[in-house]
Amino acid sequence: MMEEVPLPGTALADELDKKLLIQLRDGRKIIGFLRSFDQFANLVIDEARERLIVGEQYCDCPLGIQLIRGENVVLLGEIDLEKELPEGLTAVSEHEIKTAIRAEKEMNRMKATIRQRMDFLDLE
Amino acid sequence: MLFPSYFKTLVGKEVVVELKNDLAISGTLHSVDQFLNVKLTNTKVVNESKYPHMMSVRNCFIRGSVVRYIQLPASAVDVEILHDATRREARAGFQKEGGRYPSL
Repeated sequence: MMEEVPLPGTALADELDKKLLIQLRDGRKIIGFLRSFDQFANLVIDEARERLIVGEQYCDCPLGIQLIRGENVVLLGEIDLEKELPEGLTAVSEHEIKTAIRAEKEMNRMKATIRQRMDFLDLE
Repeated sequence: MLFPSYFKTLVGKEVVVELKNDLAISGTLHSVDQFLNVKLTNTKVVNESKYPHMMSVRNCFIRGSVVRYIQLPASAVDVEILHDATRREARAGFQKEGGRYPSL
């Protein structure tokens, strides 16, 4: 069992120039082409876009070239080019998706306040 | 290098990787490295409807630092071999090249 372990450098070499979905620790999803990486999983992503999804709507917001620090990376997924456009989701403009995000945040904030008030009542 | 070597024996098995952000991904173990970064093929997210963005992803690379659990099929685990390997590593003082993980 004490045999050769795969060399640390090879892990992401197969993914170079591939279209990837990168999930970050803060929940963001970045899509783009992997151009470079290092042992910390720092990544250089070309033609990057952030995919924002609210309910049934989605939008890809262009970001250009991104250098992502490895500590923020959760996973890299290889995108199946045929199934790339998400099914069951409708594409909307950047403006619409940002409005939808604001609306969702507002709703979550209200729900949290209501929950806070209900908890307070329960204590009695 | 106990655990990376151990996972190498599990390449090809079906595992479920649960991440610290509660995302759980099942798939076939393709490779592991010294940081316990994991590559899975034929992936399927456990709670698919909650993570629609993962629907078009079939292979993924998971950074070792974000893994909470790796669930293994019981049939693939030989506890005796693990015991022996651990005893050997303990005797060698867990000293090995890349000793960033002295005791996993």
